[in-house]
Amino acid sequence: MGRLTVNLCGIELDNPVIPASGTFGFGYEFAQWYDINCLGTFSFKGTTKDPRFGNPTPRIAECPAGMINAVGLQNPGVDKVIAEELPKLKEVFHKKVMANVSGFSVEDYAYTCERLDAEEQVGWLEVNISCPNVHGGGMSFGTDPKAAAEVTAAVKKVTTKPVIMKLSPNVTDITAIAKACEDAGADGVSLINTLQGMRINLRTRKPVIKNVMGGVSGPAVFPVALRMVWQVCRAVKIPVIGMGGVSTAEDVLEMMMAGATAVEVGAANLTDPCACRKIIEDLPAAMDKYGIKSLQELKGEI
Amino acid sequence: MKQEILTITENVPVTSCVYRMRLEGADLEAQNPGGFVNIRVDGLFLRRPISVYDSEPGSLTILYKVVGKGTEQMAAMKPGETLDVLTGLGNGYDLSKSGEAPVLLGGGVGVPPLYLLAKKLIAEGKKPQAVLGFNTAAEVFGEAEFKALGCGVTVTTADGSYGVKGFVTDALPAEYSYFYTCGPEPMLRAVYRATKTSGQLSFEERMGCGFGACMGCSCKTITGYKRICREGPVLEKEEVLWAD
Repeated sequence: MGRLTVNLCGIELDNPVIPASGTFGFGYEFAQWYDINCLGTFSFKGTTKDPRFGNPTPRIAECPAGMINAVGLQNPGVDKVIAEELPKLKEVFHKKVMANVSGFSVEDYAYTCERLDAEEQVGWLEVNISCPNVHGGGMSFGTDPKAAAEVTAAVKKVTTKPVIMKLSPNVTDITAIAKACEDAGADGVSLINTLQGMRINLRTRKPVIKNVMGGVSGPAVFPVALRMVWQVCRAVKIPVIGMGGVSTAEDVLEMMMAGATAVEVGAANLTDPCACRKIIEDLPAAMDKYGIKSLQELKGEI
Repeated sequence: MKQEILTITENVPVTSCVYRMRLEGADLEAQNPGGFVNIRVDGLFLRRPISVYDSEPGSLTILYKVVGKGTEQMAAMKPGETLDVLTGLGNGYDLSKSGEAPVLLGGGVGVPPLYLLAKKLIAEGKKPQAVLGFNTAAEVFGEAEFKALGCGVTVTTADGSYGVKGFVTDALPAEYSYFYTCGPEPMLRAVYRATKTSGQLSFEERMGCGFGACMGCSCKTITGYKRICREGPVLEKEEVLWAD
């Protein structure tokens, strides 16, 4: 094992850096900037049973050290993802990819996960029960332990690959949701999805985002994310993927010291298309600086 | 698409709130008319997408309006300072459809991308005519530059303080082979209705990444969902689907 190698639910990753869903499309936009095979893996654009346009624009706002989005799960639907996106992705990415799935009912989640589970390229299923930008789905499953457990169990029943539940920070106690997922059979959890937020344009006296509210991401949320990752790592035994504002190799090390097995990088990809490649390149020197021989030795140190 | 560190060689006001910035870089390629660059401004999270006014290998020029923190900071920068810029973004104007004498209709900071377009059209032996629209005389820019290219120019102002009183659609030439336009959405809608030929419209939208990853700037068109930053900002008249 190399010093950057980690094992995520039984699959070895060359390094723990994983571009987060919704910030990396299906990979090929980024393949035009760099060879994305340097990544541990990446989580592709949140896929639903049916195609979705998403929310009206403007969908994007800026905030100090971050951004707010209300894209609303725009995606071509699972049929097209399998027929068109995955073959295209195969040309530029030769590792197992993480399939990110969203839904509006327990049946939706199970159906889409079952379809993607059958795809050879897919290594893990990341089940998004935390999208703050859609009504009657997404986050409503991730804010109630019982509903989170129901989705987990339904997905586990129809799939063979590791199931990672993606959790919302917009809850009173994120450890209760994580434990409910673990008890229902989840192989891992990833957190945090975006924090709900909004901005107002003083000149127009209207919310910047057409949908009024959106999800805050970027370095602004890193301390909140790190705290929640640490809490969840102490509450569950399954692997935890840490994310939320990670932008540097040092952020990756903090997340792993808090107990994360791997780390997702989101908003940073949008402001610097080569962000993940740079983080991976910077990791060895950052580890040397802090006397870290291998990433595995960090786990659960705090 | 490239990420480059470019050096500012000029940054001067052309009106009270519009600045012209020239950027140079050894590896910088010529940009397409209608394309844009995405500029990182220190201390701000998202890049600022700005259309290309002029370009040749090694340099590019933008004309930008100071409207908020990012552009205020840009306006304060001095020659010799550098910017982190994503270049070569967006699907620009298609010159092959212009015909002999296309009309170029620009409104406010929608004028700049039409300059490089006019330059390229003239280089191809076409005879473009430009109609540049502004609110008032103090905001007018670009007239002399378009004329220097050998392009016919009509300026309109909404308050009549300079040129033709009214909007660009009030100064449409009697004859034109095609249209190219860029400006605020109400103007694009008016141009769409007033023009009798086919044409291309350049749209603006708030962007996350500027290179097609985040789906922040999607729009619906007759030919499906498009990203303003990737399949756009230029769309063909026939595919435009106006929201409500």
